[in-house]
Amino acid sequence: MQTDGAYVIASFFSYYNIVFLLDALVATLLLSLFGCVIGAIAGFMLAISRRSTSLPFLPLRIAAGLFVETFRRVPFLVTLMLIFFIFQFVRLDVSLFIVALASVCLIATAYITEIIRSGLESVHRNQWDAAIAMNLSAAQTLAYVIIPQAWKVVLPPVFSFFILFIKDTALASQIGVVELTYAGKVLNDKGFPASLVFGTILVLYFVLSYPLTRLGAWMEATLAPSRSR
Amino acid sequence: MHHLEVAELSASYNETPVLDRVSLAIDKGEVVSLIGPSGSGKSTFLRVLVGLLPPRSGRVLFHGVEVDYRSKSAVRAVRDRFAIVFQQYNLFQNMNALRNVTIAPIKVKGRDRVEVEEEAKVILTKVGLGAKLGAYPDELSGGQQQRVAIARALALKPEILLLDEITSALDPELVNEVLDTIRLLAADGMTMLIVSHEMAFVREVSSKVIFMADGRVVETGPAAEIFDAPREPRTREFVSKILRH
Amino acid sequence: MTYTLQYGQITGYVPYLVGGAWISLQIAFLAFCGGMVIGLFGAMARTFGSSTIARLVRWYVVFITNTPQLVQIYLIFFALPDLGIVFSPYQAVLIGMTINAGAYLTEIQRAGFLSVHRSELEAAETLGMSRMQSVRYVILPHIIRVLFPPLSNQYIMMTLGTSMAAIFGVEELTGRAFNVNATTFRSIEIFSLTALIYVAITFLATVALALAGRFLVRARMRVL
Repeated sequence: MQTDGAYVIASFFSYYNIVFLLDALVATLLLSLFGCVIGAIAGFMLAISRRSTSLPFLPLRIAAGLFVETFRRVPFLVTLMLIFFIFQFVRLDVSLFIVALASVCLIATAYITEIIRSGLESVHRNQWDAAIAMNLSAAQTLAYVIIPQAWKVVLPPVFSFFILFIKDTALASQIGVVELTYAGKVLNDKGFPASLVFGTILVLYFVLSYPLTRLGAWMEATLAPSRSR
Repeated sequence: MHHLEVAELSASYNETPVLDRVSLAIDKGEVVSLIGPSGSGKSTFLRVLVGLLPPRSGRVLFHGVEVDYRSKSAVRAVRDRFAIVFQQYNLFQNMNALRNVTIAPIKVKGRDRVEVEEEAKVILTKVGLGAKLGAYPDELSGGQQQRVAIARALALKPEILLLDEITSALDPELVNEVLDTIRLLAADGMTMLIVSHEMAFVREVSSKVIFMADGRVVETGPAAEIFDAPREPRTREFVSKILRH
Repeated sequence: MTYTLQYGQITGYVPYLVGGAWISLQIAFLAFCGGMVIGLFGAMARTFGSSTIARLVRWYVVFITNTPQLVQIYLIFFALPDLGIVFSPYQAVLIGMTINAGAYLTEIQRAGFLSVHRSELEAAETLGMSRMQSVRYVILPHIIRVLFPPLSNQYIMMTLGTSMAAIFGVEELTGRAFNVNATTFRSIEIFSLTALIYVAITFLATVALALAGRFLVRARMRVL
């Protein structure tokens, strides 16, 4: 489609296309955002169970360990395919977005569990000693002493992960989720030149990711200044 | 009957023995001090009493009743009767002084908040920090933090106060303010078990001094005797080394 | 469609898949090497170069690290032919991954440069070492030790990143998994097996790198 360049660009940025791209951008953002929020909640529970020492929790602890160590070592594309086919197998009829979201949740949980675990461990042992010696229960100690101190160390890396995952959501295009990359492929298939299409897509990802990165850097500097060198 | 009696207490940390058949007795209102070289097990002993390290063998008796450290409820019960102040103060960094002192009575003992806060203010004033109720640990000097830690321990209304080298982490000029607080408590009749390197203070305030080395009790006796006329050679060696400076 | 999980059907494909894993490792390795070269120049440019060059490199890094590798490769594979430059899928993936890695490796190496304290240079100087000697005996070993963990981690992440080559038809591990899937339709079995192989190779790579780090370079590294 090598017609007049200006015409091509103008027709590329048609109202319909712009709305289409913005919808896709929102889908990209939400995929990572919801995935990470759910991942953080699940990750918190897994982190607690990985740190537990009591016997009845042992099977949960082992399962959590296996889960985390596995899903941190599998590429997103493979996890996505696996979830896609498992949903198909159990005849779960959900939208492609949900399938992708489930995959994001699994991986986010695996990574965030480790972030939270290391954050909890970063709180000095003597805080636990004092709390236990005063008969605060483990739950009370976590709630009143540990978490209020740990969250500052946990939030920046979790936010970082969220930003990182925005890029990984590009792979969801492979199962047909209408996020930014898929939108690009659609427009490219429609005949728009690849340089224009994918250049624009890259810029859109950039516009989404860069401000968040700066926010993340500010967050880290404010919350955990000892960490930022 | 002794207030607290310990008989042949032994404990290990990761297969390494750290306490070897330690025995002692404390009566109500007594101030007993544990002295000895580093690694002699003094701090470990306090940690075992509060249930932070499980004992291997031996008995601990409170008012003649044995404490079963294997039972969770028994450990919780005995923790209610002790209060421990640590060398590193171990204040909760995310709470101000008042909250540090009130959190356990409110959350563990379920007492009324207003009542607890009033009591806390009195105790904090008693240790000289009435003006620092809202200060956070990182706003306080080491000596002030340690006094908050003492106030926190007192708020639990313990029967026996355990003090684990509470001046060892302090700058020299801050040591006295903490020792003064302890003198006050001793005068008030608080039963205390003190682990300390401050020999002059130990001598002044203790009714009984116990010298430990290598996880064992080497010698027990009145302060004057241990410092001036120790019987065991090991004790003599230690005492002469300290008195030299 | 799988009615019952039948792993028996696909065990014959295991060697084929493992062969793909080997290709994944190779792609990652080549891209890593290329990326290291870019990274070296980039880090030097940002640390020592003129302000214009430093700024250009910074924009390169910022742009690449805020955009997905997949779309970068799409651009190379689909857009360049319009300019007459045609790459095979394998080449496009390799080039894309190299350029992508270059940005991250620039930052990692830059951190390494910055981690050398003035005092080390001064100490070397006072001992009578020439510039060349202080670089060789003091600075280089220090930088290598400091950089070994993040570089190892980057390599492992890149190995996982090679999986997107499958989208372009490259027959590395994921690509081969797609092939086997198209033939046997035992999707769950295949992709779970593929996942396992990825876990295995990354775990082995982590262990190997940790050992290398500890013994060759004296870098302290975690495995699990």
